[in-house]
Amino acid sequence: MMNDNIFASEMSGSSNVPENKISKFPVVNDGKTWYTLIIFSENLAGVLNQITNVFTRRQLNIESLNVSPSGFKGLHRYTVTCRSDFETMKKVVKQIEKKIDVVLARFYTEDHVYVMEQALYKIETSKLIADHDISKAIRKHEAKIVEVNATYSIVSIEGLPSDIVELRHILRDHGCMLQFVSSGIVAVTKSSHEELNSFLKVRKLQKEAITED
Amino acid sequence: MGKILSGGQILMESLINEGVDTIFGYPGGAIMPTYDFLYDYRDRINHVLVRHEQGASHAAEGYARVSGKTGVCLVTSGPGVTNTVTGVADAMIDSTPIVVIAGQVGASLLGSDAFQEVDVVDMMQPVCKWAYQIRDAKDVAWAVSRAFYIASSGRPGPVVLDFAKNAQVEKAEYEPMKVNFIRSYIPVPETDEESIVNAARLINQAERPLVLVGQGVELGYATAELRAFIEKAGMPAGCTLLGLSALPSDHPLNVGMLGMHGSLGSNKMTQKCDLLIAVGMRFDDRITGKLSTYATQAKKIHFDIDPSEINKNVPVDVSVLGDCKTTLPAVTALLEKKEHKEWREAFRPYDEEENRVVIEPQIHPKEGPLRMGEVIRKVSELTQNKAVMVTDVGQNQMMSARYFKFTQCRSVVTSGGMGTMGYGLPAAIGATFGAPERTVCVFLGDGGLQMTIQELGTIMEQGAPVKIILLNNNYLGNVRQWQQLFFRRRYSFTPMLNPDYEKIAEAYNIPCATVIERKDLEAEIEKMVNTPGPYLLQCAIMEEDNVFPMCFPGHDVDDMVLKLED
Ligand SMILES: Cc1ncc(C[n+]2csc(CCOP(=O)(O)OP(=O)(O)O)c2C)c(N)n1
Repeated sequence: MMNDNIFASEMSGSSNVPENKISKFPVVNDGKTWYTLIIFSENLAGVLNQITNVFTRRQLNIESLNVSPSGFKGLHRYTVTCRSDFETMKKVVKQIEKKIDVVLARFYTEDHVYVMEQALYKIETSKLIADHDISKAIRKHEAKIVEVNATYSIVSIEGLPSDIVELRHILRDHGCMLQFVSSGIVAVTKSSHEELNSFLKVRKLQKEAITED
Repeated sequence: MGKILSGGQILMESLINEGVDTIFGYPGGAIMPTYDFLYDYRDRINHVLVRHEQGASHAAEGYARVSGKTGVCLVTSGPGVTNTVTGVADAMIDSTPIVVIAGQVGASLLGSDAFQEVDVVDMMQPVCKWAYQIRDAKDVAWAVSRAFYIASSGRPGPVVLDFAKNAQVEKAEYEPMKVNFIRSYIPVPETDEESIVNAARLINQAERPLVLVGQGVELGYATAELRAFIEKAGMPAGCTLLGLSALPSDHPLNVGMLGMHGSLGSNKMTQKCDLLIAVGMRFDDRITGKLSTYATQAKKIHFDIDPSEINKNVPVDVSVLGDCKTTLPAVTALLEKKEHKEWREAFRPYDEEENRVVIEPQIHPKEGPLRMGEVIRKVSELTQNKAVMVTDVGQNQMMSARYFKFTQCRSVVTSGGMGTMGYGLPAAIGATFGAPERTVCVFLGDGGLQMTIQELGTIMEQGAPVKIILLNNNYLGNVRQWQQLFFRRRYSFTPMLNPDYEKIAEAYNIPCATVIERKDLEAEIEKMVNTPGPYLLQCAIMEEDNVFPMCFPGHDVDDMVLKLED
């Protein structure tokens, strides 16, 4: 599918972003913006490679990548976050959407998507007990300690990418980190218009029109 | 209820169903079952045995370029299919519809490093429009039809089918299939009415419009629509390398080729026009020169079928998405009739200068060794400017583009975006099958000919009437020119010891002649043209000649050098 509205935020209505909002993404002072790409493809082999290849060719770093089934049968959904600039993102998304089996590709700034991520931190129990700042930080970030034994403890969090990174920094700085893993960012649009639904409807009608004549 | 056939037979039936009558190929282990079925289809499918799979891929390209149909290759797994990568990548960047069908090890062996197994889909995906592995005989009809639909629709391109051996022999029910809809693929984007109106408004307001004609015009069968468009508004038009035959060379509005070795006028005026109108071209850096200064004074309109080309290199004011066969007439209908006499006159001093300093000495030299320009122009004239011009890559290519003349569309077969040496000879073979009624002339350098010289064997076997014009300068000329200009004449590995091409031609039973003296040129070309079948004409060309005008890489496009400084 191709049209020029690949940057979908124009269509997403007011999102009532409060002033002095806190960024959902970690702050990196490199002049680039965080973008979230949401891509839908047919469930055929090799599409993921084709998508990542568009980033590789432009030497763009994928910050996080999540692949899952979508709400539609037979359609896969990819959530990619990437730090870049608007013009580059426009080109990247068009080149992704050009792939035959990609149904729709859009990109969003953080105001136009609801994002979240999950992470697990495995930390040393001895340090957790010895250093109260650690449990304070865990509580402040609304993370849960889901397992404790003599050697290690597991902390689980579900929240904004920026919080997850912040807690990672704190735990690392306290020297207690054994392992860290995050799920990759998942996102849904805040728009009240479901573009994929309308797209599929239109394509269905177009298909019927073709097969009739 | 359809017939029960083997996958390989379904492939043959599906190819016939797609209108395929000619394929270029080379057998081997993993594709042998299919070749065995092909044996029974020899009366319906003409298989041309090439001498190297790269040759098959370029032959399919040449076939597609001149015929407008999709070229087909059939090769084996492993080295067979890796040998086609160059042709596939070439077809991708030049929007040429080909389908490569490659054997693959049986599905049960996939991933085990079996003999001649290579990961075709992953290897090809970045350089093709679509790649698919057929593991099951019941997928064959669908995959083939989908392949042809994708290759030929919208912006055309190459498709690769990786055909597992088990799927070739296993049986399935065959029903003819026609894919003409893919949910996720919109070959022709919708045209925004407003863009038509806006484009027309900009053109009507313009005082100095310049049109850039790309291959998209020919791919969209819109050459007549383009003429009507430029003629109504009196707009001068330059052509890209691949767009050269989209507008007759002698059309009064044709201002020559664009870009690095293009005409002085078209490049100078790119920086003086007030409106640039690109049709089916992609602003390659060989066209634009330095991007940051490229036509910054002008408003810009871009007609294209591929939305990802819009604003990719050059930001534009109006983009007209869609098929130029319909968008051009829609805009033309809204145009005011104009002549732009003064603007068109403004090209004249540049044309005269280029003619005096560059063109005349190339095509009418009085003394010294033969020059490429005079050979090419003579061949063009003696084929009534109606032949298909195939080129290899290098000076021979740029000189052909500059000095061959076109009166018919689909007459340019050359490797544009990839600049693939070795393209010329096999592409010319393909062109003789794609346009059997036309004369096919291929211009090659001594370097490029030797890259795929084994295809002389194909020419011999097929009696393919390729007129081979070898422009022999004993150098890798184009690289030598750059060494002369940018590397202080340090000719690092560009002089080349050549074989005796007459003996080679003789060995392949191809008539051959060598021209050294200017006085013999015309008669020898005539002899070549009048000899039925293939012919090799070797011309001894001035060794250290250069292609001019030239816009040095990284320079503004109007900063053209006309000759070497003494
Ligand atoms: C496959 C490939 N290898 C290398 C090059 C780089 N290259 C471009 S032009 C050229 C020289 C071509 O020499 P020749 O074929 O003799 O033609 P001429 O320029 O002399 O007309 C070379 C080596 C290329 N374009 N393609």
